[in-house]
Amino acid sequence: MAMEKSDVLHGSLSLMVLRTLDTLGPQHGWGIARRIEQISGDALALNQGTLYPALLRLEQMGWIGSKWGASENNRRAKFYALTRAGKKQLAAETENWERISDILGRFLRPTGESS
Amino acid sequence: MTRFRVLWRRLSALFRAQSLERDLDDELSFHLDMEIAENLRRGMNPPEARQTALRCFGGVVQIKETYRETRGIPMIENSWQDVRYGFRMLRRNPGFSFLAILCLTLGIGAITSVCSWIEGILLRPFPLVARQDRMFALTGVDRNGRTDVSWPDLQDLRRESTLVDAFVAEHIGGTTLSIGDRAERAAGSVVSSNYFDVLGIHPILGRTFDPSEDTGRDAHPVTVISYRAWKDRYKADPAIVGKTQRLNGVPHTIIGVMPEGFFGTFVGYGFQFWVPASMEDNFEGGEYKLENRGARWSEGFAFLKPGVTIEQAQADLSAIGKRLEAAYPDTDRGRGFKLYPLWQTPFNGAGTLLPTLRISLVVACLVLLIACANVGNLLLVRSFSRRHEMTVRISVGAGRIRLLKQLLTEGVILSMAAAAGGLLLAYWGRDLIKLVFPASPGLMVNLPAQMDLRVLTLSVGVCLIATVLFALVPALQASKIDLASAMRSESGGVVGGRGRTSIRSGLVLVQVSLSFLLLVGTGLLLKSLRAMQNTDVGFSTAGVLSTSVDMVAAGYDGPRIRNFQDQLVSRMQGLGGVESAVWSRTAPFSYRGYLSASIAVDGLVVEPGEQPVVEYNEVGPGYLATMGIPLISGRDIARGDIETALPVAVVNQTMVRRFWRGQDPVGKRLQVKERWLRVVGVARDCKYSSLLETAKPFFYTPLRQGAMGGQVLQIRTGLGPQRIATALTREVKAIDSNLAPAEVITLREQVDRMSWSWRAAVDLLAMFCCMALLLAGIGLYGVMSYAVSQGTRELALRIALGAGASDLLRMVISQGLSLTLAGVGIGVVAAFGLTRLMGSLLYKVSPRDPESFAAAFLVMVVAAVSACFLPAWRATRTDPVRGLRP
Repeated sequence: MAMEKSDVLHGSLSLMVLRTLDTLGPQHGWGIARRIEQISGDALALNQGTLYPALLRLEQMGWIGSKWGASENNRRAKFYALTRAGKKQLAAETENWERISDILGRFLRPTGESS
Repeated sequence: MTRFRVLWRRLSALFRAQSLERDLDDELSFHLDMEIAENLRRGMNPPEARQTALRCFGGVVQIKETYRETRGIPMIENSWQDVRYGFRMLRRNPGFSFLAILCLTLGIGAITSVCSWIEGILLRPFPLVARQDRMFALTGVDRNGRTDVSWPDLQDLRRESTLVDAFVAEHIGGTTLSIGDRAERAAGSVVSSNYFDVLGIHPILGRTFDPSEDTGRDAHPVTVISYRAWKDRYKADPAIVGKTQRLNGVPHTIIGVMPEGFFGTFVGYGFQFWVPASMEDNFEGGEYKLENRGARWSEGFAFLKPGVTIEQAQADLSAIGKRLEAAYPDTDRGRGFKLYPLWQTPFNGAGTLLPTLRISLVVACLVLLIACANVGNLLLVRSFSRRHEMTVRISVGAGRIRLLKQLLTEGVILSMAAAAGGLLLAYWGRDLIKLVFPASPGLMVNLPAQMDLRVLTLSVGVCLIATVLFALVPALQASKIDLASAMRSESGGVVGGRGRTSIRSGLVLVQVSLSFLLLVGTGLLLKSLRAMQNTDVGFSTAGVLSTSVDMVAAGYDGPRIRNFQDQLVSRMQGLGGVESAVWSRTAPFSYRGYLSASIAVDGLVVEPGEQPVVEYNEVGPGYLATMGIPLISGRDIARGDIETALPVAVVNQTMVRRFWRGQDPVGKRLQVKERWLRVVGVARDCKYSSLLETAKPFFYTPLRQGAMGGQVLQIRTGLGPQRIATALTREVKAIDSNLAPAEVITLREQVDRMSWSWRAAVDLLAMFCCMALLLAGIGLYGVMSYAVSQGTRELALRIALGAGASDLLRMVISQGLSLTLAGVGIGVVAAFGLTRLMGSLLYKVSPRDPESFAAAFLVMVVAAVSACFLPAWRATRTDPVRGLRP
């Protein structure tokens, strides 16, 4: 069950993270997780922990950077921020995603083209 | 680009694993705390808040593992884990690790030493010399074998060969260098003027030879000296160039100094000086040979053009040889030229050392094999004791591949430790070869072992392959573990089965048979050495001392030499304890050869160009008596045989047989170098230069009727060399304080110094043999200990049924002995085939000498019994009560 979910989400999760950081600016892991949950309206029953390997991968790719800082309740927390390469990647992926969802949408729309 | 960045980050993460791990903990616990706080705010009670947070997060441990795998490189981290684990296992079994590493260290050390000797002595023998890969030794050949090359022939080779870049001529000679009151022999050589240029050696001071210095009889008394000579003899004088040094009585101008590390082109000894070819006569004596095509006096080296093989070059030289035969039938008929790879050079230490080194290589390989068999054995024993561990690990989910990797890692750790030890051993052992080369005054032993990259790669490679191979055996066995049966307690049931025992027994068989082989080889060599020591050389080796006093170098001329010789002899004979003293030109069994001359005898018809050449020695009165060489007929060289008297000679029995058909030649004539001598006596044959030589014609002429010199002194005395040396120095100084005698040694010593290559082989082989025996003993001990520990139940049963200690002892030992006997059986067969390889090292001993085989058998059995004794004793101590408990 969990496997299928993460499969589907693998690509989209990184897009969501990039988008979140683009919108909110530097943010720690928990903040990102909350944001994704809120936006998806809890429709995504994502294990929050899955986020962390994804963050690491994005960091390794050089799309986000991380820095230790103080959180809103004054605790040591790791903050992630979008890098310039990350911004470019976000733009590219967004465009890609839109194109794919557009194509998929056309496929799945219940119109009577074929009938 | 991105991929590299990812790889880099992953790699660098490997080195910060600990701090990254802490960061991960911090980050995740921060997340959970935030989540819990959030849940509390939503109105949950604390336990509930915590549980919800954890559920939402997912499995913390799994997440962490996924994170780690992303962060680093799992393969490397696993290997690292294997390595750490391997080290821990090796530390936990120090006895095992020590034995395994020791065995391998001995094996690797042996093979690396031998390889470094071969590399340094045979393959890259001449430090600093360029293009050694294209350098080949050159000699002449006639129908009887190897000859030297004449100067005019060499010039023709130079002119006509299209495949050879350059030829150099070299003739090894010696001289006495005297500086102040120190007189020492020094090795040097006569070389063609292009020598240094072709070798690519540039002087650090002065110049090397000029092409014009190749011509004109004794016209260019110049010399290039070695760095060592410059340092030691001339105190590194920066203004040395232009100074003179007497060499063989003639002042030579020093024109250049060679760089440090250049010892000439002779395997075995380092040279001190070089003179140009035109000075040949001064060093050789007799005649000026550079213009005589028939006078063959030099050896040489050929540097082939790039890409030319030795076969092509040989064909080229042989073709030239054919043309020379046709053009100069008088001197060149039936003659030719031959090239040798450097490691087969017949005219220096390479040729002498080759059989020793070849045997050493074979033996070192055997030792390594035995060592490997041992380590395989030890690993097997351990794999058994770790069976339980392996089973548990497999059952909790360790992959078999992972286990295999684990065992291999342990093998690699072992082999690396052993390789390090072995290299260290070889580093220490690199000079060992020098011990077996006879040192003698003035001759600097130069046998550089080289541990270069090729040797290192080879030995580390061999080591790795060996261990991995032997580590694989237990590893494969481990991967065959059958979980269901193995999970039962390991002490119960029939364990291991036949397969395991037979592998171990097989390994022991290998060890025993190889050790036996080595024992036989050592036995044969020892016997050769003994036979050699017992060889009748034909003169007294005990009670006769030999030394020399160099008068020529001190500037003495003919009359002064004679005067001094006479005075010293009468002074020495006046000493109590000295029976007689006599001068001669050449000492027997010395490195410097005898004089030789073409001879003719009345009534002996020879074909033109086939005139016999016979070696001879110029000796003082009473020489044969002093040396203890029996007279067959006639008389010894006597006091009356002086310049003005009738020229005479004493010939040996072989000469009588060959030139006078066995009839007593006393009173007959013998022509030597155009001069007729009268034969006055016949001396018994003896050995002249080597123990191996077959009977050869030889004669003696009076020193007084020869050219000049004769600086070797033989003294027949009951006193030891030490006392004579003291007395001699005193007497010499009393006559002329500028002179000093050289080292005083017995003739026995003189003979032994020339038969060092056997002793070298014996020493080396004996050393390796001890190693092999030790290793085989350890192997046998291991197998028998194992057998005893496995047979506890059977032993207990036997004790319970009334078997006594001696029965058990006999049982275990006979089991070990039967293994040994089987091994010896294989060894005998192998030895029959292999000892023939030792051919040239055996002296008057058959390669199948039953005595050596019997001795080897005895030693092997004794070793086997002692190796089995401890396990056997342990067997008798089996507690029947405990042993029989299920």
